[in-house]
Amino acid sequence: MTEITRIQIQLLPVRVLETFGSSLISTGRGFYAFGKYFLETVRWCFKPPYRWSLVFAQMEFIGNQSLVVLIGGAFAIGAVFGLQIGSVFRVFQAESMLGAITTKALCEEMAPFVTTVLITGRAGAAMTAEIATMRVNEQIDAMEAMAVDPISYLVMPRFIAGMFVMPLLCAVCIFVGVIGSYSVGNLLFDIDEGTFVAKIAQLVEPKDLWRGISKAFAFSTLVTTVCCHFGLTASGGARGVGEATTKAVVSSLLATLFVDVIMTYFQVMW
Amino acid sequence: MTPIIEFKDVTKTFGKSRVLNHLNLAIPRGRINFIIGKSGEGKSVTIKHIMGLLKPDSGQIFVDGEDITKYDIDQLREYRKNFGMLFQNAALFDSISVGENVLFPLAEHKRQKMSVMLDRVEEVLTQVGLPNMQHKYPAELSTGQRKRVGLARALVTKPRVILYDEPTTGMDPLVSEMIDQLIVQLSREEKDLTSIVISHDLKAALATGENLMFLYKGKLALHGSAADFKTSSDLVVRQFFSGKVEGPMEFL
Repeated sequence: MTEITRIQIQLLPVRVLETFGSSLISTGRGFYAFGKYFLETVRWCFKPPYRWSLVFAQMEFIGNQSLVVLIGGAFAIGAVFGLQIGSVFRVFQAESMLGAITTKALCEEMAPFVTTVLITGRAGAAMTAEIATMRVNEQIDAMEAMAVDPISYLVMPRFIAGMFVMPLLCAVCIFVGVIGSYSVGNLLFDIDEGTFVAKIAQLVEPKDLWRGISKAFAFSTLVTTVCCHFGLTASGGARGVGEATTKAVVSSLLATLFVDVIMTYFQVMW
Repeated sequence: MTPIIEFKDVTKTFGKSRVLNHLNLAIPRGRINFIIGKSGEGKSVTIKHIMGLLKPDSGQIFVDGEDITKYDIDQLREYRKNFGMLFQNAALFDSISVGENVLFPLAEHKRQKMSVMLDRVEEVLTQVGLPNMQHKYPAELSTGQRKRVGLARALVTKPRVILYDEPTTGMDPLVSEMIDQLIVQLSREEKDLTSIVISHDLKAALATGENLMFLYKGKLALHGSAADFKTSSDLVVRQFFSGKVEGPMEFL
């Protein structure tokens, strides 16, 4: 073993520590920057100009234009969940509970998460790509040069629109999902609508619905801010736009899952 | 004359590359100032510092006697209302029409009737030679036309300082000449208007520039009038003006 190799081996723990330390510091800086940006976005929600026309345009983009995809997705999720629950519950001759279980699951977990996944894939990715393209083409620099804050003009309208629209989309998702589940229950498990509705009324409480809606509200703030953040910080031309979009979608979904665990813990345990 | 903008010992580094290296320069008020130099010498970085789009690693930038490097984001936003800027690639918002692009800074900052603002938009579009183009989209325009729309957008608020980042790059000689004449005309019409032009177009710089600044290795290598540059004995300046590859100038 040469002297150089021996020294390199001795320095290995230092290098590992150095790599770990530097990635920890850069992650910390990233979270700090995101936190600052998030607070700035919230600050712009209470500060003029309010840009209502942009908010309505974004509500139309996030909500109206996502409706068909969401209805299709929600019906399929409701139907699949109904099939799974029905086939398991049939063993215990408890198929009549299919509607209640599906509705409870849709309200508390499935609908807010499925809505978030669909909105992230459709609207969130588009937000990142649009803002990132503006960033790499100096359009955001131009905006700043014209004394217009990009957070006020680009992020705040999307943030507010998301907060209004996502809970509504979640409610639509629950409703359509229940129809999907009823269709399966009625056609494949011979559950009549009276039993289906009665079991739902017996098991599902209004608080279940509010839990789901509150999750959709929280997830919307994450999706819009994370997607816009990756757009604003993009660099490096067309490749940078692609990378920013991928990172935005992955990070939004991971952050959503993480917040979901925390919210579910507080909702269930407290 | 008191300079409107003054850089004092400004340094800016990107990664391992030091773009501005203890730069000191003073830009006089109410004149046509050209910042020239080869690519990568920090000309665009200099005007981004003037706009407060970049912060220096060290040094101070005084505008009207105030150090803008100490400004917070709200102060910077207020400060930028005095400026108009034409970007290198025009940086038009491609999702809105030409008219909306030009209207944008007016609608954001000037509390005026929409009809008055639309008249002003048409006026500046006519001034840059693009009348009746309001309804077109940036994607439907040529590079030269896009740049002229960018210029109209920079002019529309009647700013005190206009920054031009390569205003004639990618344009045919006639349009280039038109833009150069426009820069001179605007300067004549508005006595207090300060124009800062970044350009590789030496012919335009010598013909229209009242104050020329030559950047080399992130520093001000020479400043003065066109006559000073024509008679300069500095070998780097002479090489740059002659356009020869052989010489003391380093290429990265």
